[in-house]
This record gives sequence, C-alpha cells and structure tokens, in this order.
Amino acid sequence: MRALTWQGKHDVRVETVPDPEIVNPRDAIIEVTSTAICGSDLHLYDGVIPGVLSGDILGHEFMGRVVEAGPKSTLKKDQRVVVPFTISCGGCFHCKKQQFSACDNSNPAEKQDLTEMQFGHAVGGLFGYSHLAGGYPGGQAEYVRVPFSDVGPIVIPDGFDDDDVLFLSDILPTGWMAAENADIEEGDTVAVWGCGPVGLFAVQSALKMGAAQVIAIDHYPNRLRLARQMGAKVIDYTQTHVLEALMEMSGGHGPDAVIDAVGMESHGFAPDTMMDNVKQAVGIGADGGHVLREAILACRKGGRVSVPGVYGGFLDKFPLGAMMEKGLQIRTGQTHVQRYTKELLHRIAEGEIDTRFMISHRLPLEQAADGYHNFRFNQNDWTKVVLKPNMQPAAG
Amino acid sequence: MKLYSDREQDFAARSEPIERQSTLLWGLGLGALAGASAYALYAARRDRDGLSYRPADSAPGRSAKQSRFGEYAVVGRTVTIDRPRDDLYRYWRNFKNLSGFMENVKSVEPIEEAKGRFRWMIEGPAGTDVRIETEVVSDKPGEEIAWRSLQTSQIDTKGKVSFRDAPGNRGTEVEALIAYDPPGGELGRWIAKLFQAEPALQGRRDLKRFKMLVETGEIATSANRKSDK
Ligand SMILES: NC(=O)c1ccc[n+]([C@@H]2O[C@H](COP(=O)([O-])OP(=O)(O)OC[C@H]3O[C@@H](n4cnc5c(N)ncnc54)[C@H](O)[C@@H]3O)[C@@H](O)[C@H]2O)c1
Ligand SMILES: [Zn+2]
Ligand SMILES: [Zn+2]
Repeated sequence: MRALTWQGKHDVRVETVPDPEIVNPRDAIIEVTSTAICGSDLHLYDGVIPGVLSGDILGHEFMGRVVEAGPKSTLKKDQRVVVPFTISCGGCFHCKKQQFSACDNSNPAEKQDLTEMQFGHAVGGLFGYSHLAGGYPGGQAEYVRVPFSDVGPIVIPDGFDDDDVLFLSDILPTGWMAAENADIEEGDTVAVWGCGPVGLFAVQSALKMGAAQVIAIDHYPNRLRLARQMGAKVIDYTQTHVLEALMEMSGGHGPDAVIDAVGMESHGFAPDTMMDNVKQAVGIGADGGHVLREAILACRKGGRVSVPGVYGGFLDKFPLGAMMEKGLQIRTGQTHVQRYTKELLHRIAEGEIDTRFMISHRLPLEQAADGYHNFRFNQNDWTKVVLKPNMQPAAG
Repeated sequence: MKLYSDREQDFAARSEPIERQSTLLWGLGLGALAGASAYALYAARRDRDGLSYRPADSAPGRSAKQSRFGEYAVVGRTVTIDRPRDDLYRYWRNFKNLSGFMENVKSVEPIEEAKGRFRWMIEGPAGTDVRIETEVVSDKPGEEIAWRSLQTSQIDTKGKVSFRDAPGNRGTEVEALIAYDPPGGELGRWIAKLFQAEPALQGRRDLKRFKMLVETGEIATSANRKSDK
C-alpha cells in the first residue's frame, strides 16, 4: 500500500510499504477514505518529539471502510467508521473511568519503559505518534490496522459526508474537552490561545457551554477571521499587548478560564520564546512555554487553566508562584476521544456543530508532503488539510 | 551485574557468613519480602543526619536506595489486575500458561505434575536453549505460589508470585519475584547482559503482558503484520 512515512525533520514521503494484517483477535483493517494532518503532526515534522524512527507511518486522524474484522472485533465488513486517535482497551482501570488516553494495556509492554522513566508512568498507545506512544503505524495511508476495534471506532450512519465526521477522530473532541476542562460557568470570559483547528473548535465549544464571551489570540489574519466567524472576539498578538487587552476586555477582572491551544512550539519574539527555541534546537528537551506562561498570568484569581496543547518534556520558568498564589486549577491531557464521539456525532447530526468551515485544502494522499509543508509554513491560509487516498491529482 | 538491592539482604549480608546467604535469601528475601516481617528490619548504621538508625518504612525492600551485591539477582514488580484473586492464581498455577506472556520463556512442561515439577525452556544465547527444572515449594490457593530450581537445572533460581485483594474493588495486586544465582561462563554473561541494564525490566514487562492478556484477551503489539511480531 501507499503510506506517508517520516524520514527526518521536515522530510516526509509517500512510499510503498507492506499492507497491514489482522494480528490480534480484536483488530480490524480499515481502508482509509479521509485522513487529516494535525498540529500534533507538526511537532513530529519539526522533530521536537523524540522516538520517531525513519520509515514510521504518521497520521492519527482518519476514517474509512472496514475491509476485514478479526474474530473478536464487533465491526462488520463495509461499515464506515471514524477511528479515535487514542488506542484504548476498554477494560482497564483507566478505560473504565473513561480516561481512555491513559489506557494501561494499549502501549506494548516493551515500548512502555521510556515514558515510564520520563513521566513516571507509561502513556497509552496512539496511532502514528512515535514509539513512546507505542509505535503504531498511522492513518495517513491506504490501510490501517486498528487494534481494540470493538472499543474505539464509531460507526457512521448513512447521510454524512467524510468532511462532516472526520474530525470526531481528534480535534473536535479535543476542542470540546478543552472547554470542558475549563469548567465554564454562565457569564464567563474564556481566552483561547491559538486559532488552529484545536483552538477554533475550543472557541465553538466554549460558546456552546455558555461562555458570555470568548477571546481568541493568534497572529494569522485568516485564522483570526475564522475565530471571529465562530463568534469570538480576537486579539492579534503582533498588534496588541495580550495581558493588558485581556484585563481590559474582561472589566479588569481577567478571564475566568484560559485555554492553551498552542502547545510546545509557540511563536513570537518574546524573550522567553527565544530562550526556549535555543534549548529546543540543541535538543535538551525543553518545551516552548510562552503561551502557557502568558495564560497563567492572564487568568483571574481562582480561575481555571485548560491545556489541550501538547508538551513532551520540561518547561523552564514555569510561573508556579502565580499558579499557587492565585489559586488556579489546571487540567490537561491527550483527549479521551471515546468519551465524546457519540454525543458529538449527535450534535453534528442536529446541525449544532459545524465541522467543515476550517477545511482549507483537500489533497490526494500522494501529495501529503506538500500538505505538510504548507500546513507548517503557510499557516495563514492552510488551516486544515484533509488527504484522500482515492482522490485524483488535479490536472496541470 | 546489579544484584539484590534489598535492605533485607543488606541486613543479611552484614549479620551472616557468606555461605549462609543463599538460604537466608530464600527465607528473608523471598519468604518475607512481601510479608510484614520484612518491613520491621532496622538499618544499624549512622547516616548523614547523624541518626544512628531509622526505622524501616513500609516500602518493599527492593525499592530501597541502598543497593548491595550478593549472590542472587532479584527482579520483582507489583501490578494491579482487574480480576479476582482466585482466577489469577489458577491461571498462573497452570505453569504451561506462563510462556504465553513471559518473553523469554519458550515453554513450561510438567515433569511430574503431582509433585509440582516443571521443565522451563528459556531462549538462550545464540539460538541455544536454557533448561530450568523447578518444583513448587509453596502453594496457597488464591494467595501465593513459590518454586525453586532442582539440582538438574542449568540455573539456580527461585520464584514467587503472590496475590492480594486490591483496595476499592480494583481487583488483585499481583507481586512477582524471581531470584537467581547467575552461573559463570557464557551462560552467566548472557544472563548478566539480559538483566544488567535494568534488573527489573524483564519482570516488569512480563507482568504487564500478563495484565494485558487477562484484562483484554490479547497482548498489545504495534506490529502491522503477523510476521513482524
Ligand atoms: N490534547 C490533545 O489530545 C490534542 C489533540 C490534537 C492537537 N493537540 C495539540 O493542540 C495544539 C494545537 O493544534 P492545532 O492543530 O490547532 O495546531 P496548529 O499548529 O494548526 O495551530 C497552532 C496555532 O497557534 C498559534 N500560535 C503560535 N504561537 C502563538 C502565541 N504565542 N499566541 C497565540 N497563538 C499562537 C499559531 O499561529 C497557530 O495558528 C498542538 O500543540 C497540538 O499538538 C492536542
Ligand atoms: Zn490530531
Ligand atoms: Zn484500557
């Protein structure tokens, strides 16, 4: 089959690799019809997440058609499914508590040592997201082996296009959980850093959950325009002092909840960002933390900090004093996707949630490398890229 | 090779002549390591803060900071499995099942089932197999199983697995301990290599596979094809 493989920093290629097979009884094989590139993939593309090996198949946002189901799978041939990026067994302590991304049993035992050493506990398995998260081949491919296929995939009824439901695999639940982790109350002001797909869905979710106003922060005019279109007020951090503006826009109170939808590679020329960039470049495992620091400073006393943005190492100059003295609460994590898919599919069906507005580009899988390049270096216009293995390349 | 790092053994090594260590180990290290008596040993040395002794804490001996070299290497680990004690005991007591989740164990076959005697074939260096013959020395249904190697074995080893109810209906806390006296020669070097980097690694992975197998019915793998497994 054809699949997008990682070769090194800023080097990904579509190559021919062996087709997957059913290996374990609960597996299914999916023929991919749509798969997206995520901001999380850019951390791999930029080489800031360790444990990615040359030849690894990337991609964790995908959907398709079941072509084969193992003896213990509950799926049937030809069903259309969206597959959560988190691989979860459904039966361990964490899965039973609906903490699906913390599954004990999905990361192969021999791959657990590294994160156990680094984080104190081994992380759960994820598709296409480094050998720290299991080394599972990802979904930017023609076919994918889906373990625990009786737990994760959600069967899609007729009447939905791929573009309606694809994002149930990650960013839609991620934006939703980001807002849920912000414990929004009526009348709240919620500030969201980052107007990428995750930030935009967080904006939409926060408004649905009753925020009186959502203020979105970024510097790409087109992404800010989309946030405004979703109902947010916006701040362009290249024009405006973010902290001051947030205080003024919330009556001198400060946002009740803040959401970091940027993660470890925040941009800007703030002195702390430049220091972080240097440390990241020399590979000492320091995460970029400008946004998280700013969000904590902005948050009102007794407020809530929600962090869907991905971090993988250590953060220098973490404003722990501000956190403690203001009595803030912080919640974070890889999304427990399986917890939200049913409810969100229902909301899509009811027309309550729009998923198509952010797709800027649809490309054949063969052009995945262009997709990565542009999603990384032309972020203003390339807001979300969907790859289609069956799409014919545009003529010319 | 990194060896027994238990305060119990520390105690044993200081108080007993060398030749008694291995018996003591079995008694102290394996017999009592999981039991309450293991926690009541006092270290009789003056430490940094000038205290002449510190009462032992409640942690298992193998998590002690003080490591010591002795004759035996021990790997041990506890894992909580969401199944009743009796089921897990019965699964383990059927020794043939062990090769299903122990990475280096190719097979475990009975020699004399009635006497609890089994032959383990372990994947050895350069394609050779290592043979271990063991007999069950303690068998408390639903609680613990312990075994030790017979004279005919190529490796001198002892093992024990115990099962306790986990709090809050979380299933069972399974603790496995395996001790062995590394032989000399090529075989010894191979064993050293296998366990050197991280003595607990193998035991830890095997227990995780045991948990996967009973909780999910399969052992997680990211292999995309059967032949890559
Ligand atoms: N928790 C999860 O399960 C989960 C799931 C998906 C994605 N993520 C993470 O969420 C984050 C965002 O993902 P995405 O797909 O939207 O990525 P993206 O790269 O498309 O968007 C990030 C946005 O942040 C903006 N930004 C950068 N620096 C900023 C700053 N200083 N202030 C304000 N905005 C700034 C960028 O301009 C960009 O628009 C990533 O870290 C990704 O890994 C987490
Ligand atoms: Zn994603
Ligand atoms: Zn699980």
